[in-house]
Amino acid sequence: MSPAYSEKVMEHFRNPRNVGEMENPDGTGHVGNPVCGDIMELYIRVKDNVITDAKFKTFGCGAAIATSSMVTEMVKGKTIDEALKISNSTVAEALGGLPAVKMHCSVLAEEALQSAITDYLNKNSKNK
Amino acid sequence: MKRIYLDYAATTPTHPEVVQAMLPYFTDDFGNPSSIYSYGQEAKAAIKKARGNVAGLINARDEEIIFTSGGTEADNFALKGVVFANDNKGNHIITTTIEHHAVLETCKFLEKRGSTVTYLPVDSYGMVNPDDVKKAITNKTILISVMHANNEVGTIEPIAEIAKIAREAGVYFHTDAVQTAGHIPVDVNKLGVDLLSMSAHKLHGPKGVGALYVRKGVKITPFIHGGGQENGRRSGTENVPGIVGFGKAAELARASLDVEAGRLILLRDKLIKGLLESIDHTRLNGHPVKRSPNNVNISVDFIEGESMCLNLDFEGICASTGSACSSASLEPSHVLLALGLRHEQAHGSLRFTLGKWTTEEEINQVLEILPKIVTKLRAMSPLYTKHS
Repeated sequence: MSPAYSEKVMEHFRNPRNVGEMENPDGTGHVGNPVCGDIMELYIRVKDNVITDAKFKTFGCGAAIATSSMVTEMVKGKTIDEALKISNSTVAEALGGLPAVKMHCSVLAEEALQSAITDYLNKNSKNK
Repeated sequence: MKRIYLDYAATTPTHPEVVQAMLPYFTDDFGNPSSIYSYGQEAKAAIKKARGNVAGLINARDEEIIFTSGGTEADNFALKGVVFANDNKGNHIITTTIEHHAVLETCKFLEKRGSTVTYLPVDSYGMVNPDDVKKAITNKTILISVMHANNEVGTIEPIAEIAKIAREAGVYFHTDAVQTAGHIPVDVNKLGVDLLSMSAHKLHGPKGVGALYVRKGVKITPFIHGGGQENGRRSGTENVPGIVGFGKAAELARASLDVEAGRLILLRDKLIKGLLESIDHTRLNGHPVKRSPNNVNISVDFIEGESMCLNLDFEGICASTGSACSSASLEPSHVLLALGLRHEQAHGSLRFTLGKWTTEEEINQVLEILPKIVTKLRAMSPLYTKHS
């Protein structure tokens, strides 16, 4: 079972940042499915094109929870354009690497973020 | 922090008396059993004694025990050996969907080489229906392989009934008894099996040694060719310290089996009852009564098994999960899916297996710690929010 996680992964898994739901988020991302064992929900708050807050809820393994925590940390203070450049490998690198079999968790984190931003952009264009 | 080891089905600590019994065979009595001088003859005598103890554990004759490198080799040997030796009679194997990978992967290998394999389903407790076995037999069937107790969910299969059906049909019957030998009574004659796999490290013996029981008269092809050790069926210089350790472990297990099984059933049931009562949305996997004395397997809804295991590990508790978020396929346990669990229930499974050094105090600690971990993880889970 033990896929030999880095210290950074274990630290984020043990003390995940930004856990919880957000009231009236500006963007919501929902990715994954129960079959593969990972589901991520990511919420963002955006002001003047900058992500001011992010939160998550995740059903998944140690890597899924750690990548959720890390990606919510990374996006805070970033513009939408900057946030869109965050890839799964950026998240994995920030965590000191992930075991090969767990790289799909970082892909899920990237997808959750992209999905939340897309949701924000869609809502925003309608409001204009 | 004191460690609480509850993964005895994965492996067991080697009993100190077993280690003591093994030690001389690394140094003073290091001889090759095939050698004519006294060093060799002492090693040979030690193997003979060990063979007697292992045979005694399952009520077999000494010459029906073939030492192997472990349970996986014993399973490979049984299946390949019978298929290779009986290809003039047929090419059909009957097994189940919940076997250990050592059996399932061997079956897949044999399928590629021309065997046909029937994988029988199990009910929601993981139980094989003997009638299904009977119906699956054809005039090409040469081997039936059904495990004695399942390693993940602990369900004890109706081996004696199935073996009777096999015998009446003139088909060889193999059982993987890796989880039962030394833990519950295993008598090859009462069970009526022709082949039976065992592993030393599951019963407080060393790793790297196991045995295949082959009933006298069963046609089986040798597994490893060479110098003719193990009656020509499994060549290679014997693992003397390992075999001696296995013998000692078998002797100790036999002496304490009844008392130990009774003690573990009480602890097992206390843990099952406590977990199901203190955590909502949980279920027991496997049969409630026809169950290995040491196995507790539960599914906890809305959260994932590896996360639970890692959190338990922070508290010093060693457990395992049927979630396979770490496997390349991302598929959870084939056993839990065969029982009919939904994917998310299988991903949320947790297995505790108790053993010789498990105490009631340790069970109480798990009962105190796990509910807190579940609460913490559920607070993070999007599935739990949707439910509540």
